[in-house]
Amino acid sequence: MALDKYETHEYDMIVVGAGGAGLRAAIEASAQGVRTALICKSLLGKAHTVMAEGGIAAALGNIYPEDNWQVHFRDTMRGGKMLCNWRMAQLHAQEAPARVLELEAWGALFDRTKDGRILQRDFGGHRYARLAHVGDRTGLEMIRTLQQHAVHKGIDVFMECTIFRLLKDGDRIAGAFGYWRDSGRFVVFKAKAIVLATGGIGKAWKITSNSWEYTGDGHSLSCWAGADLMDMEFVQFHPTGMVWPPSVRGILVTEGVRGDGGTLTNLSGQRFMFNYIPDFFRAETAETVAEADRWYTDKKNNRRTPDLLPRDEVARAINAEVKAGRGSPHGGVFLDIATRRDPEYIKRRLPSMYHQFKELADVDITKQSMEVGPTCHYVMGGVRVDADTTATTVPGLFAAGEVAAGMHGANRLGGNSLSDLVVFGRRAGLYSAEYAKNFQGTLTIDVGQIEAMARECLEPFERSGTENPYTVHQDLQECMQSLVGIIRTEGELKKALDEIGVLRERTRRIKIGGNREYNPAWHQALDLHSLLTVSEIVTRAALERKESRGAHTREDYPKTDPAFGKANVVVRQVNGEITVPQEPLPEMPDDLKKLFEGDK
Amino acid sequence: MTDFTFRVWRGDETGGGLQEYRVPVEEGMVILDVIHRIQATQANDLAVRWNCKAGKCGSCSAEVNGKPRLMCMARMSLFSADEPITVTPMKTFPLVRDLVTDVSYNYEVAKQIPTFKPGPPEPDGTYRMMQEDIDRAQEFHKCIECFLCQNVCHVIRDHPDKMRAFAGPRFFVRIAALEMHPQDIHSRTDLLRTKAGLGYCNITKCCTEVCPEHIHITDNAIIPLKERVVDDYYDPVVWLIKKVAGKK
Repeated sequence: MALDKYETHEYDMIVVGAGGAGLRAAIEASAQGVRTALICKSLLGKAHTVMAEGGIAAALGNIYPEDNWQVHFRDTMRGGKMLCNWRMAQLHAQEAPARVLELEAWGALFDRTKDGRILQRDFGGHRYARLAHVGDRTGLEMIRTLQQHAVHKGIDVFMECTIFRLLKDGDRIAGAFGYWRDSGRFVVFKAKAIVLATGGIGKAWKITSNSWEYTGDGHSLSCWAGADLMDMEFVQFHPTGMVWPPSVRGILVTEGVRGDGGTLTNLSGQRFMFNYIPDFFRAETAETVAEADRWYTDKKNNRRTPDLLPRDEVARAINAEVKAGRGSPHGGVFLDIATRRDPEYIKRRLPSMYHQFKELADVDITKQSMEVGPTCHYVMGGVRVDADTTATTVPGLFAAGEVAAGMHGANRLGGNSLSDLVVFGRRAGLYSAEYAKNFQGTLTIDVGQIEAMARECLEPFERSGTENPYTVHQDLQECMQSLVGIIRTEGELKKALDEIGVLRERTRRIKIGGNREYNPAWHQALDLHSLLTVSEIVTRAALERKESRGAHTREDYPKTDPAFGKANVVVRQVNGEITVPQEPLPEMPDDLKKLFEGDK
Repeated sequence: MTDFTFRVWRGDETGGGLQEYRVPVEEGMVILDVIHRIQATQANDLAVRWNCKAGKCGSCSAEVNGKPRLMCMARMSLFSADEPITVTPMKTFPLVRDLVTDVSYNYEVAKQIPTFKPGPPEPDGTYRMMQEDIDRAQEFHKCIECFLCQNVCHVIRDHPDKMRAFAGPRFFVRIAALEMHPQDIHSRTDLLRTKAGLGYCNITKCCTEVCPEHIHITDNAIIPLKERVVDDYYDPVVWLIKKVAGKK
């Protein structure tokens, strides 16, 4: 049987995923002179980056000259509860300003200061106003800038093409196997190097800010290919998603609302965040409403409002208020900017929030409070990578952006994602191109393997089951939402593993009707492979970390354990079984440790 | 919960027709939610393109009762349960299947627009731009590429043969964003006059009416671009200066 039965393309390097990280990687690889292809599940420009709102964090020092990479590095490490890979956090803080200025040189138009520089906004966990932004649609500006820059660089783009498995020759990456969404036909990519930039896993939860694409493809593809994953127990629930009406539940409400002066209140109008200041952040957080309100304009003499504590803290606080019966009518809390800023300011700074609430919830945010609650938003964990080169543990495989682990530790600060994408996207492009250029051998693709993958893809059409892929997906979302959510216990996590096992059995009985052309039921059935894999991985990692830290809260282990602070939970597939060994966290050098002297 | 009747276009380029579905609808739902409910419960293979479900990505464009709009931003409260709701794909673009169309033409046009080319930065390597000088271009940067403007543009809709010689409103907005970027030094008026076919637009403003981002496509992008083309190519004074200076 020959490979020419399948549509085959050959490249030096392919990038899977066309959000900020994938686009930036492709631009860099192409600039290094290697033949590059960009493969994306959706149309170009629709990736998750387009939905990012608040801004991109970079210590430009345009508002506060005191800001610099060390301060940003320190904020990132502390926000990540000291579990970040120190080298990634350092590179990120050092290189983010250059990446932002590069976007500007490629045509991005950020909002301006009075003297014509890039304006920066306050965000949770950042000591200074640090987020370059465009109103509340920064991600759109970023993806469009990168997209328009990329299309002139001779990069081949394969849109609406889903990668089903990675291909290896021995230990090395040799390519990828996928299908066209429109025709349903299979396609084979031969490549010396692959950059995974596939984003996150949020579609495994019911209440999520993530789109249908976020099914953990890159996490699963790399795990199946033998790469290590890490920190998968850390899933970020963004504190502020919409809660009403039910059909919009989970849609993101930017942290920029609080950055620009909005506050969280409970049913009795109390600013409850003052009751939830953890010892870890007490020294740098305002204790009174008066101090918090002064902080917006005078950061030298006042401490940050607790409304802008890192996301894990705020999400837990909201969860606790609702549980205690002090929530809003639809099971959230109130987010109020109407009484604090004038309507013109709100509409100028938060145009898409204004539009979103007006159109979808009949709420005028310049006059009324919003109702908000936690929504699954981001996974800190991902594929384990080398900090400098983004290389995974599989030769030829690289990863950048949300799919990569390490940068954000136990909890990501808002604004650090967009900067992560361009800092490590560029590095992934650079080092994967170098790898491809230096690779001397020949790569062979095992045709038998391809045949087996094709058969596996087509099984749902041929079997005589009764399961509906949408129902299986909904049941998985219910399971993860109720058993692997913000607050976890051993009993519930074990129950989730059992349910995931049952769901996996059910996927073997899924029957797809219709044909292969643009058939979303079939796509859903295939996406369930990766959804179930990442769900199991998150649950196993969450069982292994017997402490509470950052986004991972165990009701049965409510305290932070210093021993776990020195370890990453690694996820590795061995003989088809998922194992979760603990491995030591790389230790920070002494000159960086000095930045944390005197901390709790 | 109220039951609605939906008539959804099903089929591919070889043919098809409207298929009727009865669907229960709850408070707050949008058209896209109903389409998803039909998909999950009655027509598993119903093809629809979507991503963010929040009006930010521009993927779920379709025609609802003949009106082009984003399905994710069309509240069911706008419609009465007494009348059936018809959902059809964007009419202008070739059909892939059901509600999904082939919008690759737009990506081809995008490739032909010369990209941003800035002048030299300040000595510190950055650019200085005043907010009031970028307000106009920022309006154009709001475009989410839903291609609804391309879908309703008469030049494209009624004359598919013109597709090759006409960029369409989305790309006039794109060109305007570049032309009005304070740092851009490239001129695209020749492109507008020739390959982009700006002259075909007779400013009926249909594009502006359907824009979900409320960009003033005609008034703020197309008309000023037409004026620039006139200034560069048909103004006798400019023409004379160019002639003397020996520029094309």
